[in-house]
Amino acid sequence: MDGVVHLRKQLVDYSASLFQEGFLDDQFTQLQQLQDESNPDFVVEVVTLFFEDAERLLNEIAKALGQGSIDFKRVDAHVHQLKGSSSSIGAQRVQKVCIAFRSYCEEQNVEGCLKILQQVKEEYWLVKNKLETLFKMEQQLLAAGDS
Amino acid sequence: MASSSSSSSPNWVMENNGVMPHVLAVDDNLIDRKLVEKLLKNSSCKVTTAENGPRALELLGLASDEENTLKGTGSKVNMIITDYCMPGMTGYELLKKIKKSSIMKEVPVVIMSSENIPTRVNKCLEEGAQMFIQKPLKQSDVKKLTCQLMNCRG
Repeated sequence: MDGVVHLRKQLVDYSASLFQEGFLDDQFTQLQQLQDESNPDFVVEVVTLFFEDAERLLNEIAKALGQGSIDFKRVDAHVHQLKGSSSSIGAQRVQKVCIAFRSYCEEQNVEGCLKILQQVKEEYWLVKNKLETLFKMEQQLLAAGDS
Repeated sequence: MASSSSSSSPNWVMENNGVMPHVLAVDDNLIDRKLVEKLLKNSSCKVTTAENGPRALELLGLASDEENTLKGTGSKVNMIITDYCMPGMTGYELLKKIKKSSIMKEVPVVIMSSENIPTRVNKCLEEGAQMFIQKPLKQSDVKKLTCQLMNCRG
């Protein structure tokens, strides 16, 4: 039983740190509260959809910014989508960078857009990494509880 | 603010002879569609989703200018909840089309948006939207909505 107690504490501490460091906000808690017996994998499912969607959008944005004549409206539309999805799952830092990104789109600032795209990518990979770690810890805890 | 945990069976479902409200949720964002669907299901609603305005109109039986009152689920939808910012037809344009139709104009339409812009809110309300909700959606928002929809008290 000591193993389970230890794993649980690790999970709680790790989860708390993600909120403290601003990676996640209350919306993520909302998702967790929606999970129930009828939908035991709801959080993982939604977050996985987010990962797929975000990566697609980041590729589209990079492509659009690589064009000879940049369609800033198109870039902005993609950023708007990413802002929406990240907000809906509680990925706060990604959302915040997206908000700033939209300003650069409005200004049609190529340099600004390219720089902030790197920032969004970094924040995305960070939160992806952390969420995957969180899910792994949850799985370990479940497995330990069952053994 | 922490949201309350969902109870297993809200009284208002019983008051309506166990008929679950049928909600049509329209949003071009996949994650938001999944979220609103779960939120509505947690409030004991039957949910149909659409990814854009034209598809929503199709499902409501309003696709062509000739209204077909019997086809599809149009006659049974109790509420429509739609995102404001969608490519092509916006939620506002969808709202107008619904309010212009003879069969669907009494159905409450709720608009969702990440941006709480007063002029936007006002024009939606003026066009007959039941409510304007800010994204991201929370359980408490949806519970309030479905409660209003089913005229529950307290």
